[in-house]
Amino acid sequence: MSAHKEPVVNEALAAEHGIKADEYKRLLEIVGRQPTFTELGIYSVMWSEHCSYKSSRVWLKKFPTTAPWVICGPGENAGVIDIGDGQAAIFKMESHNHPSYIEPFQGAATGVGGILRDVFTMGARPIANLNALRFGEPDHPKTRQLVAGVVSGIGHYGNCVGVPTVGGETNFHKAYNGNCLVNAMTVGIADQDKIFYSKAAGVGNPVVYVGSKTGRDGIHGATMSSAEFTEDSEAKRPTVQVGDPFTEKLLIEACLELMNTDAIQSIQDMGAAGLTSSSVEMAGKGGLGIELHLEKVPQRETGMTPYEIMLSESQERMLMILKPGSEDVARAIFEKWELDFAVIGHLTDTGRFVLKMNGDTYCDLELAPLFDAAPLYHRPWEETPAQPPLDLDEDELWPEDLSLGDILTKLVACPDLASKRWIWQQYDSQVGADTRFLSGQADAAVVRVHGTNKALAMSSDVTPRYCFADPVQGGRQAVAESYRNVSAVGALPLAITDNMNFGNPEKPRIMGQFAGCVEGMAEACRVLDYPVVSGNVSLYNETNGVGILPTPTVGGVGLLADGHKAVGLGFKNDGDVILLVGETEGHLGQSLYLREILGLEEGPAPAVDLETEKRHGTFVRDAIQAGLITASHDVSDGGLQVALAEMAMAGNKGADLSGLDGWHVAELFGEDQGRYVLTVKPADLDAVEAQAAEAGVTLTRIGTVGGDALTGASGAIISVADLIAANEAWLPNYMNGKVG
Amino acid sequence: MKSAVIVFPGSNCDRDIAVALEQASGKKPHMAFHKDTDLPDVDVIAVPGGFSYGDYLRCGAMAAHSPIMKVVKERAAKGVRVVGICNGFQIITEAGLLPGALIRNKSLKYVCRTVGLRVETNDSDFTRKYAKGQVIGIPVGHGEGNYVADDETLKRLEGEGLVAFRYAALPGQSADQANPNGATNDIAGIFNAQRNVLGMMPHPERAFDPLHGNTDGRAFFDSLVETLS
Repeated sequence: MSAHKEPVVNEALAAEHGIKADEYKRLLEIVGRQPTFTELGIYSVMWSEHCSYKSSRVWLKKFPTTAPWVICGPGENAGVIDIGDGQAAIFKMESHNHPSYIEPFQGAATGVGGILRDVFTMGARPIANLNALRFGEPDHPKTRQLVAGVVSGIGHYGNCVGVPTVGGETNFHKAYNGNCLVNAMTVGIADQDKIFYSKAAGVGNPVVYVGSKTGRDGIHGATMSSAEFTEDSEAKRPTVQVGDPFTEKLLIEACLELMNTDAIQSIQDMGAAGLTSSSVEMAGKGGLGIELHLEKVPQRETGMTPYEIMLSESQERMLMILKPGSEDVARAIFEKWELDFAVIGHLTDTGRFVLKMNGDTYCDLELAPLFDAAPLYHRPWEETPAQPPLDLDEDELWPEDLSLGDILTKLVACPDLASKRWIWQQYDSQVGADTRFLSGQADAAVVRVHGTNKALAMSSDVTPRYCFADPVQGGRQAVAESYRNVSAVGALPLAITDNMNFGNPEKPRIMGQFAGCVEGMAEACRVLDYPVVSGNVSLYNETNGVGILPTPTVGGVGLLADGHKAVGLGFKNDGDVILLVGETEGHLGQSLYLREILGLEEGPAPAVDLETEKRHGTFVRDAIQAGLITASHDVSDGGLQVALAEMAMAGNKGADLSGLDGWHVAELFGEDQGRYVLTVKPADLDAVEAQAAEAGVTLTRIGTVGGDALTGASGAIISVADLIAANEAWLPNYMNGKVG
Repeated sequence: MKSAVIVFPGSNCDRDIAVALEQASGKKPHMAFHKDTDLPDVDVIAVPGGFSYGDYLRCGAMAAHSPIMKVVKERAAKGVRVVGICNGFQIITEAGLLPGALIRNKSLKYVCRTVGLRVETNDSDFTRKYAKGQVIGIPVGHGEGNYVADDETLKRLEGEGLVAFRYAALPGQSADQANPNGATNDIAGIFNAQRNVLGMMPHPERAFDPLHGNTDGRAFFDSLVETLS
């Protein structure tokens, strides 16, 4: 069949490609003959968990994905929502977990590059990046090097492409010792009449390759990301791609310039499984065939085989279908930006996927089954058993030798709550000159829509320890916390992207975590009118049989009609009255207090009442929009007392908290959901209390902003300077090798 | 005031500086591409921040040899005001418009934060709307902002009052937190001998709009407009 001699395909070779025996049988039935080596490679990536979602698809269907403001839900490169004035926000979050653990710098860098492409492929100019990072326990020998490499990789890529990195989260837990998580999110803005999709159309239309040249890097990355790690995972380093943010920046400018003309019929980036998945998906969506001539693919190395060209995951490449006669316009723009441009094939009406090189045929497959006949698994799953209630006496709860100030100091300095300044100062958060708040200054990052008064609020959230204890409540909580964080700056939550990070789905216990989280998230999305518009699933986050905590990261996006109205979390004016929104029962199960002060990871996760979340969120947004709120913060990790400490540190101002006198430890540090702390000027207090009464929201006065310490009825609890010092010290000391 | 902004492959603050120049002057700047060999008649040329040519080889080294920089040098020699910010400072220094060099930050890390800047002189077209000695807050974002020069050059810069801005502590900051990159003598920005060329690491265009939460950079653009309109 071909000039270049390929290995003979058999079941053993298929197994090496991650195709199981029953899957191979299915493949033979579909193809109707022994596949060629190139064909086997193509099937193996298209049927990988990473590309086919074969374990998760049946569950993902449960997510609500529509709303009047949703323009495009899951299934495209990214989700698209209406933000008024003919504009759209386009966003998605995607994992780069496996590559980042093997090669943290390039793994994280190319994670940023990949998610940026998913967004500008659709016609959007990226305006913000966020990153949700999870690492192993600090004293694990690999953790420090992973933090350093991942942060430096994210900065290297994001800073150079000129998209501000404005938010995210960083947590540490031993469950991530063998598998770190790097979830990257990009948000972009487009005009609604200039949104580009990936469905190919027009028999005979040219298939055009643009961007970087193809090399041998990243071959089988998608397959690598669809398997567990073992001791020899280091040997997989060659499957990690290498990023070039400079080329990506040129690619953004060239694509957006071309999108302003009328040349593009459809476009898709070459991400996981490179040229294979992009060409198959584009033609598949259009119900067409495609013929490619691989000798025309720009190549970085000599002697590349069809198999290598089709499976390469070289970065910064795009595939587009041009309208007839548009080649010259397009070529001129890519030449201006000094990027490769090559017509490599055309669309056909044969319904076949045909790959030729120098006249020889290496692949001739029916295209539709490649696109839509991947295996689909209803994997067995078991419900996560309920955690027994906490059984602790009041006197066991508060270690005798610690004052309230000591406890607060310990909590704000614990790895999960410690300041992440060391990280975010390495990211350009200001480029674009539209940044209002970074995460840390407010509950959500706030970035203006360039040239308007509008702004988008963005946040990434999940509490994996809740998801582990109770996947359904944890799933609800992840969405509810996102809703809360977006509401806390005054923005209307519009939609989410999800990044589902789990262990091995072939284990019923893990599949049960997945099922439970999906159920809880779907319910929360429905009640809160907060649909899922895009997402990504990363399974097999296991090493030697030990899985991560279930981590369904939620990336939320909300809209502010006027970005100037956004409210930060720092205490602002002396004399402002501090109010607690919501009821406090004192739920200590799975709390940070329990883990950091008592060394216990026990108890049920806090329950989430979604109707309450909605009512409270609406009240907070309305009060902010009415200009009545000076600072706003949701109560989450560490409970009320920690929320207050964070507001004090962010505003560098103290507070008289005598309103909390007599509160029990569980009430001070419990992680009851649906709560916010607000501050208001004394003159506005009556108006806010009247609004709360009308909305049926419980409001409790707990103190007054002022001074340079947090004080209670019996005097100073701790000075703000001491809190800041403890909060700021941990991460730089850790990275310098002084602790952990 | 008529202005031009130079766009290199990899520039990423070109739009931001153009917005600030337009808002301050009321006129849209001319956007010049690196391959251009001429510029319209302008009063000020801005060389923006970013990662020109990916900062490969050495920051600013390749941009300094692009066709447009020949024009920028000619105009600078004729007295046209030129300001290079961040990568722009690196480029005009590589191009020989300013002495010294910008090397890797002492921390070896990229740093993005608001720093304090002491306005060393208001006797310039770029700084006349500030008070001498005033400390303003302006964001930086760079990996190579550590200004170095030989002793003789430093002596001349200091002696002739050519240091435009120096890193200084903001209220509540300790003195050792002021300098973000280890620059010699805390130098954040310098003039050429004629004071029509300014290079600076901090980004005044990022502290311009009330939305930024800090408008300390506004007077920088207003100074230019007042001088050149």
